[in-house]
Amino acid sequence: MAVEVRLPTVLRSHAGGASVVTLDGSTIGEVLGKLVAEYPGLTGQVVQADGSLHKFVNIYVNDDDVRYLDGLETPVPDGAEISILPAVAGG
Amino acid sequence: MVAHCLRGLPDEACGLLVGSYGGDEATHIFPTANAAASAMVYEIDPKEMLGVDRQAQALGADIMGVFHSHTHTDAYPSPTDVAQALDPGWHYVLVSLRDTHPVVRSYLITAGTITEEPVEVPGLAGPGAGEPEGSL
Repeated sequence: MAVEVRLPTVLRSHAGGASVVTLDGSTIGEVLGKLVAEYPGLTGQVVQADGSLHKFVNIYVNDDDVRYLDGLETPVPDGAEISILPAVAGG
Repeated sequence: MVAHCLRGLPDEACGLLVGSYGGDEATHIFPTANAAASAMVYEIDPKEMLGVDRQAQALGADIMGVFHSHTHTDAYPSPTDVAQALDPGWHYVLVSLRDTHPVVRSYLITAGTITEEPVEVPGLAGPGAGEPEGSL
């Protein structure tokens, strides 16, 4: 199932400058696996080595934060829009 | 931007800058909620961030920076700001509300190194409005 993944500006240099990439996958984990397979420079930037989501990243399937769904197991409907956004904070 | 920071008192306030990524001009400013609701730290409300990203996309632009207030300290990035500054292409704008006149300054933060840049805020006059060069 093809889905569009919008990348945050900070990660685009690792993806040939692309702002949106089209990938296949039935879960968020599968889609992110394909993303890293296509752009190895993104390894560890979204999903950490231990398999958890990076704390400075929020991922949405359409309007829903996957942390409040099933995390990397969250299903991805065909045609869904996936947004990867940085968590922006400071003091 | 400054008005949003003043309205946010006593907490820190924050928002996003939209324009051409890596460029020098924020064409749109989107105030957001401080999800941390704190006088010491800020967190851009994640759901609002998604909404701003979508609006930026519709404008053919990108989120290209962030602003937040310091209520009792200088308009200079705190160690926390530096540690959490992820994007070397973003402009990090600080609004200090410590003094009578708000002070606005802008920085690039790359791998922990802070570089101040000139900033012009239309409509903001007085001390600390920055050098009249560039635009933000």
